[in-house]
Amino acid sequence: MSIKVSDLRYVYNPGMPGETVALDDVSFEICDGQICGIIGHTGSGKSTLLQHLNGLLKPVSGDVYVDGQCITDGSTKLVEVRRKVGLVFQYPEYQLFEETVAKDVAFGPKNLGLKDEELDATVREAIELVGLDYEQVKDASPFELSGGMKRRAAIAGVIAMKPSVLILDEPTAGLDPKAHREILAMIRRIHEEMGCIIIFVSHNMGDIASMCDKVLVINKGKIELEGTPQEVYSEKAKLEEIGLDVPPIREIINKINAATELNSDALTAEEAAEDIKNYIQCRK
Amino acid sequence: MRQRSTLVRCTEINSFIEVRNLIIDYTRIDEEGHSVLVKRAVNDVSFTIEKGSFVSVVGMNGSGKSTMAKALNGLLLPSEGEVLVDGMSTRNEDDLWNIRSRVGMVFQNPDNQIVSSIVEDDVAFGPENIGVPPEEIRRRVDDALRRVDMYDCKDKGAHMLSGGQKQRIAIAGTVAMRPECIVFDEPTAMLDPSGRRQVMDIIRELNNDGITCILITHFMEEAAQADRVIVMKDGKIYSDSTPDELFADRALIEGAGLEMPPIIDLREKVAALGVDIPESIVTTEQLEAFLRG
Repeated sequence: MSIKVSDLRYVYNPGMPGETVALDDVSFEICDGQICGIIGHTGSGKSTLLQHLNGLLKPVSGDVYVDGQCITDGSTKLVEVRRKVGLVFQYPEYQLFEETVAKDVAFGPKNLGLKDEELDATVREAIELVGLDYEQVKDASPFELSGGMKRRAAIAGVIAMKPSVLILDEPTAGLDPKAHREILAMIRRIHEEMGCIIIFVSHNMGDIASMCDKVLVINKGKIELEGTPQEVYSEKAKLEEIGLDVPPIREIINKINAATELNSDALTAEEAAEDIKNYIQCRK
Repeated sequence: MRQRSTLVRCTEINSFIEVRNLIIDYTRIDEEGHSVLVKRAVNDVSFTIEKGSFVSVVGMNGSGKSTMAKALNGLLLPSEGEVLVDGMSTRNEDDLWNIRSRVGMVFQNPDNQIVSSIVEDDVAFGPENIGVPPEEIRRRVDDALRRVDMYDCKDKGAHMLSGGQKQRIAIAGTVAMRPECIVFDEPTAMLDPSGRRQVMDIIRELNNDGITCILITHFMEEAAQADRVIVMKDGKIYSDSTPDELFADRALIEGAGLEMPPIIDLREKVAALGVDIPESIVTTEQLEAFLRG
C-alpha cells in the first residue's frame, strides 16, 4: 500500500483574471503504514492537495497513484477511489446529519451495499475504534454529544468505509486539551488496528512532531521541505519565513541551547527532559 | 466562591463589568408548548472584571465559557442574575446598544465575521450603523487598520486575505467602535502559527493601550499571558487566580481537564526523571539560568 503523487499541477480560474496556481509540480510518495504530516500556512495549497488525493479535484497535469493504480487517468471509478481514500474535513462534526449516531455512521457502508449483520458489525467496529461506547451512543442523536465526541462520531463515519488511506484535515482544531489528547490517541489506535496510511494536516507543530514519521511542508503550492520531523524542524529560519514554527518545546530548547552547552535536538517534552537530565549529570 | 463577594464590594470602584449570580439556561419548547430545560450552561456565576485588565477564561468544551462570554455584552440575556456593564444591566433593553458599543466581541471563525467584500468597508460597518459622521468614520477606520497592521490592505477584497489577516480585520471592525472592552472568543483556534502570533500581539497591544481584554482560549500558553485566569467547569467558576498560581497547581489543572504550558510540563518531566529542579521555574529564562547554574 502506498500513495504516490507525481508532478501534480492545479490552477484555479484558468484563463480568468483571478488565475492562481494552487499546486505547482508537487511530487512525493508515502509508503505503507506511515503517518505523514502536512504543514503550511493558510492558503499554501494544503487543502487543494488533499482534494486531489481522493479525486474531488482533477489536476491540470500530473498523476496520483493509490496502491499503484492511477486515479487521475479516468480509468478508475471515483466511487472506488473514495472508498480507498477516506477524507475527514475540518470540523467534520458539522456534517453529521442523521437521527442517531449509528445511522450516521452506517450511511457510507450502506451506500456501498452492506446490509443487516455485516452493516451492524461494521458500524459497531467503527464506533468502538474512535473510542465511543457503542451501546451508549448508538441510539443517541449526534447533536446531543459533546464537541469532542461529535467529532469522533463523524470520523467513525469515514472509518466505517475501511479506507486504506485516511486523511484528517486539522482533526484537533478548536478542541479543549483533554479532547485534543483523546483525538491524538484515537488516531494512533486507528493507525495500529487498521494499518492504514494516515495523512495528518495540522497547525499544531507539537502534534506533528510527536505523531508523524514524515513531514511535508507546503508553501505557495510547492513542496518546500520534506523529511522526518527532526530534519524539517531543524530548518527554523525557513519555517518562520513561510509563516510556520517549530514545536513549542523545540522553541524552548533552542533558546537554552544558545545560552548553555545543552545541544539538544528534542522535539517533545519527553526527549527534552531526557537531554536535560543527561546534561546535568555530565556536568556534575 | 463566597469569599469573592466581599472582594467585589471593595473593588467596585475599578470594576467595569460585574456579573452577579448569573444563570443561563438553554431551553426548548416541547409539543405542548411548555418550556423544557435542556442544559444549565452557566450556573450561578459571580465575578468582576476590572477596567484595563487582561483576563483569560479557560475550561473544557461545554464548560460554559462561550455562553458566559456572550452574556457580557447582552448577546445572551441572563435566565437569572445580572450582568452590569459600567453599572448598566444587560436586562435593560434601552441600554443594550450602549453596552454593545462599549463591549465588543471577536469570534473564532474569521469567515463568519466579514460582512463586506472590501476590507475598509467591512471595518466601517459598525461605526456606520451607530451613526458616526463620515469624516470621523474615515479617521476611525484608518486608525483601526493601522492598529492591526492591515492599513496597506484597506482596498483589498476580503476574500483574498489569509485566515490570520481576516481575523485582524474582524478585530479592526471591533476596534473602530472604540469599545472599552473586547471579548475574544477563541480568536486563534483556526489560525496557523504566524496568524496566532500576530493576533496575540495585537491583543496585548490593545490591552497596553487601556482596552480591557477578555480572552477565551484552549491554548495554555496564551492564557498564561493574561493578568488573571478564570477556569470554568460545568457552568461554574472552578478557579480564579493569576497564571502563576494556577499553573503551580497540577491537581486543579487536571481537575478542570486542562494542561500545563510547555515550559512547566517540561520542568515536571525533568523532575520525574529524578532531577532536583526547583518548582519556581515557570519561564524559559529561569530554566536557562538554572542550567547555566
